[in-house]
Order: sequence, then C-alpha cells, then structure tokens
Amino acid sequence: MRLCITAKGPSLGDDIDLSFGRAAYFLFHDPKTGELHAIPNSPGAHGAGVQAARIVAENGAKTVITGSVGPNAYRGLVAAGAEIYVGAEGTVADAIAAYKEGKLPRADGPSGRGHGR
Amino acid sequence: MKITVASGKGGTGKTTVATNLALALADDHPVQFLDCDVEEPNAHIFLKPQIGQRKSVEKLLPKVDEHLCTRCGNCAEACEFNAIAVIGKKVLVYNDLCHGCGLCKLVCPVGAISEIPHELGVIESGTARGFPFSHGLLNIGEAMATPLIHELKAGIDPEALIILDAPPGTGCPTIAAIQGADLALLVTEPTPFGLHDLRAAVGVARSLGVPIGVIINRDGIGDDRVERYCEEEGIPIVLKIPFDREIAQFYSRGVSLVDVLPEWRERFISLYGMLTAGLVSDIPGERRAQNAPLQEGGGK
Repeated sequence: MRLCITAKGPSLGDDIDLSFGRAAYFLFHDPKTGELHAIPNSPGAHGAGVQAARIVAENGAKTVITGSVGPNAYRGLVAAGAEIYVGAEGTVADAIAAYKEGKLPRADGPSGRGHGR
Repeated sequence: MKITVASGKGGTGKTTVATNLALALADDHPVQFLDCDVEEPNAHIFLKPQIGQRKSVEKLLPKVDEHLCTRCGNCAEACEFNAIAVIGKKVLVYNDLCHGCGLCKLVCPVGAISEIPHELGVIESGTARGFPFSHGLLNIGEAMATPLIHELKAGIDPEALIILDAPPGTGCPTIAAIQGADLALLVTEPTPFGLHDLRAAVGVARSLGVPIGVIINRDGIGDDRVERYCEEEGIPIVLKIPFDREIAQFYSRGVSLVDVLPEWRERFISLYGMLTAGLVSDIPGERRAQNAPLQEGGGK
C-alpha cells in the first residue's frame, strides 16, 4: 500500500507540510517494504491543488496524509480514488504513526478553502 | 488622453480623486468615465449615472465529450492554469481556473472539446452629469476581473479625455487598468501601509512604462516617509488632500467636493493643467515609447 505524505523535506524525519497543493515535497512511502520516494513539488502560479492531485495519481498512491486539502485538490484526489487523511502534524514519521493508530480524521470534503487556508 | 487613477492600498481615495477630476473637467473637456473596479465599483454613488445599456461579458469554458475523449492528456499538459486535468479515467474541468483561452480545444486530437459561454459579469453604460459613464460588475463568485476591464476599455472613445478608476492592489486587474494609460495618478496616504503599497504600485506603473504622479490623501496623519520616498524616486506629488472632517462628511453622504467647495473645483482643474503642461515626467522617453497597446495582456 502506497502512502503519499506532504512534507517540508525529502525524509521521514522532516516535518509535515500542512498545505497539500503547495507542499515542498510529496513523499511516496510503502510502510511494508520501506520504499521511500521523494518528489519535490514545483507548483505553478495557478491550480497547484489540481497539479498535486495529478502527481498523487501518477505515482499510484491511494492514501494521502496531509494538513488540509482545498476544494480543487479534493476533487482531483477523489477522481484518483485516493483516501485523504488530514490534520497531520509533527514529522512525517509521527504522522504515519498517527495514521496507523487511526488518529487522523478522513476528509469527506475539502478541509480548507484552498491556497493553504 | 487617458488618466488611470490607481493605488496599491485600498481605501486611499481613488474614487474621490477620479470622480472629482471628472466633474471638475467635464465643463470644458469631453470626459468619459470608466469605473474599472469591477469587484466593488462605487463611482456611481458620486456620479449618479443614468444607465441605458447592459452588456454581458462571457468567457468560453471547455466541455469534454467523454465518449470521444481518449484520455490522452494533451489538454491538461497544454493548460497553463491547470484548469483541465485527466486523472485516472476522469477528465476534470475547473471552471474557476479556466481563462477561456481555448488552447485545450486546439490541442485535442479527436475533437472531443467544445466551448460553452459562461457569463462573468456585465458592463453597464450610460450618462452621468452629461458625460459618458461605464462600469463593470463582476458576478458574485467569479474570480476573473480582467475580461470585464478589457471590455470597458474596448468602449473608449479615442477623442475623449478618459478617466479610469482602477481596482486596488497590484494584480492583473490593476495592470489591465493601468496598461495603455498616458498617466497613472497613484493615490496614497502618508502611513507605513500607504507607503508600502505605493512602492508596489509605482513598480507596476513603471514596468508598464506609464508616467506617475502621486496624490497624498488624508494629508496630516502619519509621517513624512511617503514624501521622502517620492523625492528620492523623483516622483512628483501633484496634489494633497487634507485629513479633514468636512471632506469626510461630504464623502459619507455621496457628495462630491467640487460640487460644494469651489476651491476644490479650481484645484482639480489646475491639477489637470499641470499634468498636461508636462510637469509630470517621471520616466524617460524611451520607456514611454514602449507603452503597450490597450488590448494586450492576460491573466486574471
């Protein structure tokens, strides 16, 4: 199972990036195999959430762990068939642990208004 | 001659300056007034126009035929604004992000994309105190103001003395209102916020090659940093409007200064005299020559 976690850096020890579309990195991680693949994000001036949802879909993650998702990103992630867990904090490793313990709420709609708000 | 009244900061007095200038000059000049602050137009409160025409302004949104579409993703790759995305088996169109350029339709190899018009807002035109008046009204929830501003500018009478009331800020709508003007009157207040946003507005006007004159409103509050900045930058301060209870009271009732205080009529008339006498020449000639034509420029 492949997770996508938004992070401020490329490793599991880096902090979670609370914004989905404009996160610094997307970390694709399989907890079973330990596989970790970091993709730096380069959002354009417009439609960062849409672009980010495409990256998640293209990298085959069906679970997203982040701070919050805006309306455009949410629509894209739903189309990608991804489950979205929001409210993550601390390091990437902390967030994965919280997700495994069932402590992160699953978003059933946009949790932010977009633009990281 | 086209004069755009702009500011970085909102609420500095753009509309006060633009409407009073128009009213003071209308007796002797063929004034045409365009309120380009299409998100919150308010010049009509002071000019009280009789509106005769309403014109809808639309953008074209892509409509994808899901049966013809092969999910090749060419449209999504081509779109600068991420307004169309192919995710899995779905094609998503984001209306708010779409700028209506039609590139997705052009690059679709199977002709699956057609375009449907979507109203952004309306242009209302009429007569105010004997001169032509137009303003744009962006529909609630729409993000894209520039098509309305371009439409307003398309109605410019080349023989008229154009006064444009610009939207606040320094984004695409403000750029659309300043682009092609002969002069930008930047209204500010003598406060740190006023100075911060004035600097940004000066940057916009200069990069567009439009000469600048600064008007200080609520003069007497704050400090002298705006004046020092203008002196350092060689930007003329062409008018100061004092922080005055009587002026504020007239404003709050929708009464224009030039209608009740004759000395202000004289001040706005002599301001225009100063502008046309070439006393405002903030920038060198070669930049002025690059002054872009009216209809160029895109973005939101």
